[in-house]
Formats: sequence, C-alpha cells, structure tokens
Amino acid sequence: MLRYILKRVFYMAITLFIIATVSFFLMKMLPGSPLSVENKLSEAQQTIVLEKYGLNDPIPVQYVKYIAGLVQGDLGISFQFDNTPVTDIIMARIGPSMVLGAQALVFGTVLGILFGLVAAISHNGVLDYTSTIIAVLGTSIPSFIFAGLLQWYLAVKFEMFPVALWGTYEHTILPTIALLIFPMAISARFTRTEMLEVLGSDFITTARAKGVTEFGIIFKHGLRNALIPLVTVVGPMAVGLMTGTLVIEQIFAVPGIGEQFVTSVMVVDYPTIMGLTLFFAFLFVAIILVIDLLYVLIDPRIRLTGGES
Amino acid sequence: MSKLLEVKDLSVSFNTYSGEVQAVRGVSFDVEKGETLAIVGESGSGKSVTTKALMQLLPKPQGQIKSGEILFEGNDIANYSNKQMQKIRGKDMSMVFQDPMTSLNPTMKVGNQIMEGLIKHRNMGRGEAKQKAIDLLEQVGIPHPMLRLNQYPHQFSGGMRQRAVVAIALACNPKVLIADEPTTALDVTIQAQILDLMKDIQRETDSAIVFITHDLGVVANVADRVAVMYAGKIVEIGKVDEIFYNPKHPYTWGLLGSMPTLDSEEEELFTIPGSPPDMLNPPKGDAFAPRNEFALEIDTKMEPPMFKVSDTHYAASWLLHKDAPKMEPPASVKRRMQGFASTDDKDGEE
Amino acid sequence: MTQENEHKDVPKELLVPLERKEDTSEKISGPPRSFMQDARRTFFKNKFAVISMILLVIVVLLSIIGPYFNEHTMDGQDLSRAKMPPRVPVLENISWLGLNGTLTSEFDGDTVEDATKNAVMRYDNKEDFIDIRVLAEGDGSKDSAEVEATYHIYEAQEMMDQYYWLGTDTLGRDQWTRMWLGTRVSLIIASVAALIDLVIGVAYGGISGYYGGRIDSFMQRIIEILVGIPNLVVILLMIIVLQPGIVSIIIALTITGWIGMARIVRGEILKLKNEEFVLAARTLGQSGGKTITKHLLPNVAGIIIINTMFTIPNAIFFEAFLSFIGLGIVPPEASLGALINSGFDVFRLYPYMVFYPAVLISVIMIAFNLIGDGLRDAFDPKMHK
Repeated sequence: MLRYILKRVFYMAITLFIIATVSFFLMKMLPGSPLSVENKLSEAQQTIVLEKYGLNDPIPVQYVKYIAGLVQGDLGISFQFDNTPVTDIIMARIGPSMVLGAQALVFGTVLGILFGLVAAISHNGVLDYTSTIIAVLGTSIPSFIFAGLLQWYLAVKFEMFPVALWGTYEHTILPTIALLIFPMAISARFTRTEMLEVLGSDFITTARAKGVTEFGIIFKHGLRNALIPLVTVVGPMAVGLMTGTLVIEQIFAVPGIGEQFVTSVMVVDYPTIMGLTLFFAFLFVAIILVIDLLYVLIDPRIRLTGGES
Repeated sequence: MSKLLEVKDLSVSFNTYSGEVQAVRGVSFDVEKGETLAIVGESGSGKSVTTKALMQLLPKPQGQIKSGEILFEGNDIANYSNKQMQKIRGKDMSMVFQDPMTSLNPTMKVGNQIMEGLIKHRNMGRGEAKQKAIDLLEQVGIPHPMLRLNQYPHQFSGGMRQRAVVAIALACNPKVLIADEPTTALDVTIQAQILDLMKDIQRETDSAIVFITHDLGVVANVADRVAVMYAGKIVEIGKVDEIFYNPKHPYTWGLLGSMPTLDSEEEELFTIPGSPPDMLNPPKGDAFAPRNEFALEIDTKMEPPMFKVSDTHYAASWLLHKDAPKMEPPASVKRRMQGFASTDDKDGEE
Repeated sequence: MTQENEHKDVPKELLVPLERKEDTSEKISGPPRSFMQDARRTFFKNKFAVISMILLVIVVLLSIIGPYFNEHTMDGQDLSRAKMPPRVPVLENISWLGLNGTLTSEFDGDTVEDATKNAVMRYDNKEDFIDIRVLAEGDGSKDSAEVEATYHIYEAQEMMDQYYWLGTDTLGRDQWTRMWLGTRVSLIIASVAALIDLVIGVAYGGISGYYGGRIDSFMQRIIEILVGIPNLVVILLMIIVLQPGIVSIIIALTITGWIGMARIVRGEILKLKNEEFVLAARTLGQSGGKTITKHLLPNVAGIIIINTMFTIPNAIFFEAFLSFIGLGIVPPEASLGALINSGFDVFRLYPYMVFYPAVLISVIMIAFNLIGDGLRDAFDPKMHK
C-alpha cells in the first residue's frame, strides 16, 4: 500500500512539474509584463519594477528560481496586486470556492444517488423517466444557463435570494444549486445504470433465495455494490465543478478562485494565472489520488501489488 | 411417505419484445421427504425456469407463472405475496446456484452472508449466528472456518465458494433444497466433492433435493427419481433405474445415447440432430417430432399425453399407444442400457 | 399423471411412421439479421434518439442556410436599430409568443405616476407608443406602486416595415443571422475537434494496444502523465497563449482531448486481440496493418462512434464556456457562447438576446447526448430484441 501511494505521489509530482514548466515557458513567450499593467512609469521606475519581479535575469535563471520557489510553496508575486504573493491571493479567495464546491459535491452526489436509486427501483416507471429526464437535462445544459435562470427567477423576479455577491449563507444557495446540477445528473445516471446491473446479478438472486427482504436487497446488497464504482466519476465531477466555479462565481460575483482567475486573465497577470493554473492542477491530481485510495479502501476486491492496479 | 412438494400443471411465460415465450408448459411432479429428484434436459428446456418459479425468483416483471399450483406441505404457494415468500425462502426452501463465481455478494464477508438467513429466520443474535456459521462452514468442509468467516468471496477458490453457497442454503435446515446445476461450473474433482457433500447432508437432515442438471452421469450418482424435460414439458419421469434401464421416450434414448461411458470407446456416440424449438412459437403436436427419427404422423398433429409405463414411470410418446407400431431404441443406445445394467451404479463418479 | 393408456379417440391411421418431406430440424426461425441491422433497428426504435436526430439535421441545415433567410448581415451594425425585440410576420399577431416586436417590463415607483415616469424614461420618452397597465396602486411609500409598460418600439422608431425575427443586439445586428452563424461556428469547432480526437485517439490507442509490449508500455507512460493534467487547465493555458479564435479553440480542445479515445480504443483492442478470429487471421499470415483495419477496427467501430457522439457536445460546451468567460470567440465573430455572453449583460432588460441562443445550445447538447445514448444501446447486443 505504501509503495503504491509513493508511486502515485511520484507521478503526481512529475505531472505538476511538467505543468509548471510548460506554463512557465508559455508565459515567457507571451508579450506583457508588470509594465503593461502600470504603464505610466519612468525608465528608472521600470527598472525597479523589473528588478522586483526578477525579470532582469536570463530566462533559465528565472526558471530555476521559479521552480525552487514552487518547491517551497512560493508561487511568485502578482502583477495586478502590487507586492502581494500569489499564495496570499489564493488563500484569501479559497474560502468561498471551497464552500461552494464542497456543498455542490455533497448535496449533488446525495441527491443524484437518491434520484438514481428511485429510478432503478421503479425501472421503466414514471419516476424512472422523470429522473432520467433530469439527468439528461443536467448533463446537457451548460451550468451558466442554469445559473442565469436561477438568478433571473429566484433572485430578480421572486426576490427569494440575493442576486449576487457574498456574505451570508443565503448568498451561497443559488451558486450552489447552479453548481450541483452537474454532479447530481452524473451521479443519478451512474447510480441508475449500476443499480440496474447489480439488481440483475446472481448474488441478488442468492440473497432473495435466502429470504432477504426487498429493503435489504436494495440497501444492503444492491446499493453498496452499485456505489463503489461511483467513486470513479468523482474525478470528472471535480473537473466539472472547477469549470463550473469559473463561470458561476463570475455570474454571482462570488469572490472566489474562479472569479480571480477570469479577472487575472483579463488583466494579463501572469504570475497569478500560472499560480492558479498550478493550483487547479494540484487540486485535480490530489483529488484523483484520494479517489483511487478511497476505492482501494472500500472495495475489498482490489488488492494492491505496487504495480498496475 | 407424504408429498412434501407437489407441482401441478405449472406454466411459466416470459414477456419479451418479440412476444410471449412459453418457457414451461404444464409441468407436474412431486418430491417426498429425503428424496432426490433430478430434472434433466438440454439448455433452454425450462428446467431452470421451473425451479426458479418454485421459489418465485423469476425475473420480474417479464417472468410470470401463468397457471398451475405449487403445493408445499399442502399449501399452494404459487400465489403467495413477496412478503409471504420471504418467510419460506431460505427457511423451508433454499437454493444452490450454478455459478459460484457470481452467486456471492462480492462486497460482503462470507460469514455475514451465511448469518443473514439465520438472523432473519431463526431470530438468532449475532453471536449465536456466528457460532452456527462456523459450524456450517465446518460441515461443508471448509478448513479454518473462524478465519474464513471474515474473508470476502474473492479470497475463496471456486470449489470453496460453492461450499459457501451450500452453507448459505443449508443454514436454516430447509425442507427442500433446490440445486440448479450446482456442479456445472466446477472442475470434475470438485464436482464429486460437492455431490458427496449434498448427499451427506441429505442423510443427516432428511431434506428433499430437486437437482437440476444436464449431466446424466451426475443423475445416476445422486437421484432417486428422474424427470426428463424437453421444450418446457416433462417428457418422461420415473425412478432412476427405470429411466436408465428401460427408457421409453425417444428423447431419453437420445440423451442416454449421447452420454459417453468408459466402455464406449469403439463405438460412435449417438447424437440428437437439430436444436430445440423456438419457444416463442412452440410447434404444433409433439415438440420433439422434427428431431425424432421415430416420429409418427400423429406427432405433427396432436401432443402426446403421459402414458403410464409402471406405477412410478410415465412417458409422453405416441409410441406407447397400444396401436402404435412397436419401435426399438437404436442398437447403440440399447447396448448402452445393457451396460448400465451390468455395471450398475459403480461407475457413477468416474 | 393419471392417464390410462387408452385414448380411444386417437385416429389410428395416424399412428404410422412419419414420412418426412424435408429436414426441418435445422430450420432457423426468423429472417437472418446482421449486427448492424440489429443495431439500426434498435436505434430507430428509440424515439428520443430519432427525434434528436431530426432536430439536429434541422439545426445543421439552418446553420448553413439560415443566415440567408433575410437581408441582414452578421456585422451590419446600426445603433439606430439596436436592441429591437423579436418581430416575426404573421406570428406577431399571436401575443403570447412574444414575437410582436414589443418590449415589456415592470416598473416600480412611489406612486403610479412615478412608476410610469420611470417606464417612459426607460423607453426613450416615447410616451405615445407605451401602453401602461397598473399592477399595484401604491400608497406613496417607496416603490409601492408597480406598472407594466409595453413599448411598441417598431412603431416608435418608424420601422413598421422592418422585421427582426429574433431582434437585434446592443449594436443593432440581426440576432437571427448571428445566431445561425454562431451555431455554424460552434458546430464546426465541435466537429473538427471531435474528428481530430478521433484520428489521433484511434491511431494512438490502436498502435499501443495492437503492438503491445515495450511500445505499449512506453505509450502508456506518456498517457499516464498526460491524463493527470486536467483538460480545463490545458485548455485555459492554450487559449491564453494563442490568439482567441476558432483555430485556437480547436487546438486547445484537442491537445489532450484525444486521450480518452486512445484509452478506450486501446482497451478494446487489447480485449479483441486475443480473441480467436484475430488469432486466426494472424495465423493465416495476415499483415499487422490489415489485421487492424479488417478485423479489429470494425469491431471497435461502435465504441468509437459512441465516444465521438459524446465528444461533440463536450466540445460545444467548452467552446461556449470559453466564449462565455470572454476567452473564446471575439466579436464581431459569433458563436453560441459569445452570443449568450453578450446577451447576459443586458438580460434583465432584453431577455430575448440570451433566451434564443441559450435554448438553441441546450437543444443541441440534449440532442447529441440522446443520440449518444441511443447509439450506446444500439451497439449493445444485450439490447437487441
């Protein structure tokens, strides 16, 4: 097990290193510097600014410094917010994004499992079709359209929730709903398919032949086996949520990481873009690792050999 | 002896997209306490469906009991509700399935799977059920039962798993044990072990066994009586000696003739030409007629009734009609029958 | 089992050996059907998939010919006719369709007059062309009165001879024309991206799976590293580096997009490779390339098609997403995402600007997903009945 984790962490480090390297050189290829943000500077001031960002060094030196900084958790200094380390920007903005992401993931998955379960039990019944339709709409319609609808009807028209911004718990509700639709639809669909397959398998017949009640069949024997593979779609769901935060935070003016990313792109703040890109990549890789480990823990059939699993 | 289980004119159909598949068409048989009835036939003959219907384990909503009675200790359980059946399943009647690789829940410890029935039907506490589960594992011949109890099915070998499935089925000392091809998926050596195990247990508990198989070697080994099924019907039923030494139905002749034996090396195996009929539109008359080299004109017009051969032996073939031309089984099958008689049941296991 | 062996009613003349006219024992009931016929039948039985297919054909056709249905052009700007609401001949007489060329909104004020004043101010002070309906009388306190104002903008602008079927945007460009041109752009991006994914993915996965051994493990190591990189990050990085536009979006989408296809194809090929018909072909001396194209690819075709059907809506979504956050298609070029983005800023006042593109993109996405589902079922032998 330990060997497996080490191997995975090693791969994770390589992936992040590649992303860091590629994004570093890509950004170097681009026009734009802190000077393009604060452009009314004298020659002398410009030199000071360039010195501050270490931009007078040759590029290989900059690269080594950058990577060395990364290892120590230093993501550089933002162009946009003078003198502010990118790490601080992320720290200041991570709260709202995490709240939204966690709420959407938890509520979305739980609701999705419920829908999927109900659909599988009433196979080909009205509830099955209803929940299938919800799943198709949820996976098909882009989240920013849902967000727009929610904002328009629930906030502007019926004034049930704040239209935008951040502060009270009410502010989290609409963005959370807009975000959770995707994980909900995915898990509903997945749970339904898996559950139908499990309910048709031989060991369910064995359990029935033992006289296990319908409740026991569904929850004790069925659901557990159907939910284990659900872990595998948490990865795509996490990506969906990250994509979602970029637009949803924008629409609801939530001061989170996604909103910061879009702003940084608009003002060409390269250190922040790179920092956030790496942060997204780190989150993603870490989530995948946790999921794989979780899978090993909950599925007794998987035994690790240290190699391919 | 009393009839423990009596099936009368049972018909089962499956509703598919193409129409109604009549998998079982009017099957009648009975089983007594301590007796083993073997049901043999090709795949698709309806033998497995029949036994699933007994326990109402047909896939819902496609599979349905169309008509007939299933009398268990005198009560018709064919129309029992799911709730009523849950009290019978596992307690009075239980089942061993064909494929031990898929018939255990992969994410539940084997011990828990055995204890489940005990806790439900015998109101045992977990500790008591656990002790009983250890006893059961010991009884079915699994070494280190304490350790095995806490393992998952994937940690068991195929033969071990089937023993565990048998242990689950036997947990509450059922009166009827239905075994649906319990040895088909196993190695020959393991097959014999499982069969011996079932016979031993039957001796101890005096339960009735309905044993489904397509392997006549296994039948000779375990059965007291044999029912031969073809196209959803029983075409011949009788004591094991009667079926092996004095078969009357041409289909039974075919089955016996196609069974390899040790001393049949120099002669060709007898084969039944063709394949079973499509049960979506069962043929008119005798379903076996198109493949039957002894078919009569009447077979294409009318279904043969059950003709009595002896008090315990019946067969559905027009050849048994008193006016029918006398036909003899093919020579190779005849020699085979004599072979059975001379070797008796010594070669049952190979 | 109580029958006696009498059966007197049996016609004796029938108790004679059967004269066989032909051997019917091996007759196959039902006409033979190939796998593809079965698949087609299953697919066309799926109502949702068929309706989606028809809808998509209509959408594709309109994206080709739709922009030429009227005389307006994509970038024909004219601020004097900006923000005109949808107006369609004939349909304009059916009021609830909202295609009659009026703007309607609710206005608050302390009194009815106040609210009315607000409405008139909002609507270019063209009092004569505004219908006012009082919703709440109000009692003089702040914003207690409410009126609904309907502005007959075509009459006010003296453009009664003009018809903008889906209205105009904030710069006076015809939305109908722009929407179908945008659809065209979105569809082109999605199809080209899906096609590139398909070609690279199938080639990579096929080679990796078929040759196996050291080639396979080398190729798999590469994939293992690439797969760890979230596509969102790659797409965003690429789009920042490249100049926004159709080509950049396609490159950004395909740079890691093929990996999914490659993994699926490799898995399938690995599974098929050891099946007997492939072994037979190799035993008979078939060359590697021929074995792949003749025996392996036809058998993975189903899964490739299904996967592509899900790649397309995914690409449409990412294009819309990029355009929505302002990184995709830049005006005056249009795409569905870009239209939604520009409509979003003013959607409280001019909901039609965002409504039609949003509905259209949803319909396209749903249709692709339903067709994908239909194909998945169609290629699944278990579903053939």
